[in-house]
Amino acid sequence: MANVLTDKEGKKRYLVSFTINGDEHQGLVKANTLFVNFIRDELDLTGTKRGCELGDCGSCTVLMEGKPVNACLLLAVEADGHSFTTIEGLATTNKLDLVQEKFIEYGAFQCGYCAPGMILSAKALLNSNPKPTEHEVREAISGNLCRCTGYVNVVKAILAASGQEVEH
Amino acid sequence: MSIKHQMSIEGNDLRLDFDKEYTQIGKSVPRIDGVEKATGAGKYAGDLKFPNMLYGKILYSPHAHAKILSIDTSEAEKIPGVKAVLTSKDVPDMKYGISPARWDENIFCIDKARYVGDKIAGVACIDEETCYKAMKAIKVEYEVLPTVLDYRHAMDEGMPLVHDNYPRNINTEIHQDFGDVEQAFKDAYHVREDVFTGTRAYQNPIERHSNVCIWKDDKLTIYPSSQSPHYFQYYVAREFGLKMGQVRIVLPLIGGGFGGKLEPSGLEFVGSVLSKVTGRPVMMSYDRLEMFQHNRGRHQGTYRIKTGVDKNGKILGCHTYFLLDGGAYTGLGIATAYYSGALLPLTYEFDNYKFDGYRIATNLPACGAHRGHGAPQPKYAFESHLDNIAKDLGIDPLDIRLINARKPNTTTVNGFGIQSCELTACLDRIAELSDWREKKKKGLPQGRGIGIATGSFVSGAGYPIYRNDWPSASCMIRVNEDGTSATLYSMSADLGQGSSTILCQMAAEAMGYKYENMKIVCGDTETAPLDFGAYASRQTLFSGWAAKRAGEKIKKDILETAAFMMGLPNEDMDLDCVDGVIFSKSRPKVKVTTFEEAAARYFKLKGPLVGTGVYTVHRTGGYHKGAPVGTSPAYSFGVQAAEMEVDEETGKLTCLNFWDVHDCGQVINPTLVKGQIHGALYMGIGESIFEQVQFDDKGKIVNGSMGGYLMPTALDMPSNVINETVESYEPVAPWGVKECGEGSTNPTMGAFRNAIADAVGANVTSLPLNPEHVWRAIQEKKAKDKK
Ligand code: FES
Ligand code: FES
Repeated sequence: MANVLTDKEGKKRYLVSFTINGDEHQGLVKANTLFVNFIRDELDLTGTKRGCELGDCGSCTVLMEGKPVNACLLLAVEADGHSFTTIEGLATTNKLDLVQEKFIEYGAFQCGYCAPGMILSAKALLNSNPKPTEHEVREAISGNLCRCTGYVNVVKAILAASGQEVEH
Repeated sequence: MSIKHQMSIEGNDLRLDFDKEYTQIGKSVPRIDGVEKATGAGKYAGDLKFPNMLYGKILYSPHAHAKILSIDTSEAEKIPGVKAVLTSKDVPDMKYGISPARWDENIFCIDKARYVGDKIAGVACIDEETCYKAMKAIKVEYEVLPTVLDYRHAMDEGMPLVHDNYPRNINTEIHQDFGDVEQAFKDAYHVREDVFTGTRAYQNPIERHSNVCIWKDDKLTIYPSSQSPHYFQYYVAREFGLKMGQVRIVLPLIGGGFGGKLEPSGLEFVGSVLSKVTGRPVMMSYDRLEMFQHNRGRHQGTYRIKTGVDKNGKILGCHTYFLLDGGAYTGLGIATAYYSGALLPLTYEFDNYKFDGYRIATNLPACGAHRGHGAPQPKYAFESHLDNIAKDLGIDPLDIRLINARKPNTTTVNGFGIQSCELTACLDRIAELSDWREKKKKGLPQGRGIGIATGSFVSGAGYPIYRNDWPSASCMIRVNEDGTSATLYSMSADLGQGSSTILCQMAAEAMGYKYENMKIVCGDTETAPLDFGAYASRQTLFSGWAAKRAGEKIKKDILETAAFMMGLPNEDMDLDCVDGVIFSKSRPKVKVTTFEEAAARYFKLKGPLVGTGVYTVHRTGGYHKGAPVGTSPAYSFGVQAAEMEVDEETGKLTCLNFWDVHDCGQVINPTLVKGQIHGALYMGIGESIFEQVQFDDKGKIVNGSMGGYLMPTALDMPSNVINETVESYEPVAPWGVKECGEGSTNPTMGAFRNAIADAVGANVTSLPLNPEHVWRAIQEKKAKDKK
């Protein structure tokens, strides 16, 4: 459990630490601070989006120990001791991740607001299931809402990233 | 070099055959913002951060209709961290809207609140949490008034008025009459009348409305989530009595709009004043429920249509009577009302048409310009109606459409000039793709049906969004000093549809340059010249003309400089520049030079290489009241077909196959065009089978969340979606282009309804076509059959 500090009004702050994209971070957070707000506001990792803050849209998806979670449903105190990947951590300096590449190639996003979450959900799927069927792809991204693409090219991009032949 | 040219000697003639293949357009180049979006590096309004920035929120009315008796902000002001609290007396009281006769909205309500969500007060605080505390501490005393929630009864005697100046709650009343409809009905072999109903849908972009306002001294800068930076600049300046030059709008990335981000949301007005009084940048945003309340989504309506046809199903005349639920304010809704009737005669040719329309004020969120602006629900009604007529006459639904289909170079009964139109080709192609004839001949298994519907849409509105005499679009290209890049400055708005990409493709093609060297600054009013932005599917054609013309000017300067460098005369268009290479067409042995070298030389000799382009729509449309709405330089056409399976026990629907064939003129970027069609289709499918904003009996939204307002997930979408475009060239457009993003929303609901009706043999009339409505239609039919 995180260290607790109490201010003069008796309000508690929790010292949390976690790894994000390989970097160690510490922070002093309130009990109700959402992880998504902490990484966006304190760490400026604004690639993680907020569409609903109720766990409905998936635009805040991050990987926690490699598994996709909605960062708006996660408290910063719950994140203590865990390791995360956000969209900023997927590409290396000069090289996009294959999933990112295929998303661009297949036109799998338009406004791009869902893209970080969608790409991370796809990444998690491919990590655990390298050759998914179309239905498995649809299941894996069914928690990520996209208002622009109708998912047609998203599904294609993910199948293509898994090495399967997909026409454009 | 990808230019194909070939020398040949025929007789004594030395000839150069130059194959004018485009090098930058007609290709699926990767989108210009692809990497920043895929890596999360791109900034949307809500991602921005400025030193010393405050957060602001708007307190809204919990009542659908209530007089505001008093507002006490004193407790809120005492809370630590609260920096400013505003009410109506702190902001200008000038009303706003789109058309001066219907400016009816205020920054904050002055006398009364007209819907749950109406704007009452604003706060700026050190963080959002404090904003919520402050809003809770504001005491508003209301006198709750009787409400008008059902638009169908809003005109009744004795109903309360939403606005005193809209008697019987009629916000807009339209009567248009072309030809002689009564005579057409007399001449007709068959006359049929149907009534269909629609529901309120909401655009629901995944990015929430946000903006940052910075008012420093006499300059106001806003970073909004907006579809039209120019419109915002104009409106903000007007509201605050500033000169346009004192207001700067800078667009960040926009996370989808679909019409919902075209009008001011109130956040920019309130944020501006909050910034002015605090002297600090202020970040404003709506949460998801507040977005639903601000709305500006689809008008729900009741659509009564009466049509007379001859023996073969040829339409002789049509009378439409539409009742639209407009909500509490007008906004863009007056245009919606006109569009709803005006666009109907596009797809089919007939000479007699009468349109009576009413847009009704209610105590519900205001409706506006939702993708397909005004057209999709009436089109759904008309396409359903046409299938009913076909059934009455025993005609194949495909044939009744073929016989009535619009032809190129015709004028609609209400005065819209059509040049290119490949509707017949679209119908033929979809028949092939869907195996329509075969399926109709053999019949489909029990519980299965196939349906078809057509659609059409403007490629940009012929008249500007507010009255002015500016050109329709303009832009500027500046070539970098050493010629290795060029920047397109345009006030177009890329909401995701990809306008920045295709405008750069078009500019590069016109310049003889390379797309990959193009940059774009779009939506910054301080650097880019006027363009009205993203609405009415206008940018590919309108902004495209401006980009093409600016590019051609650059090319002219480049070739002149190159001629000088190459020691050649620049006459008879002998020199050309394609894909960054400059060459002589008649002297193939002359060493080529490059765009880069010529551009660098130009800069050394003459300074910055800049080209500007401008486009003004030719005069379009007739002279009747409302004639401007629906005018456009060109119209897209499209056909969709759906094959559905219906479980008759439960009403459950499964879409097995979906086809779309579109005439969108020449295609600049095939991947982006397909994406637009997929997206339009997606919204059409959502609206067909799920989407409906629901209210309780006090006018409160009950499903104002992503979980409550159901939109299709990846699992809900048909996996067999086939879309194609037909060969078409629009003569009045740059490189023959037309729109595709909104037109593709028009046929969807009709195609779904007709497939369902075909499957169950029942006249399904109410949207959404959810299991409940379908099941009820089946029961009705069964009861009827028993009789
Ligand atoms: S913001 Fe977290 S799921 Fe929507
Ligand atoms: S690309 Fe716009 S929400 Fe998915």
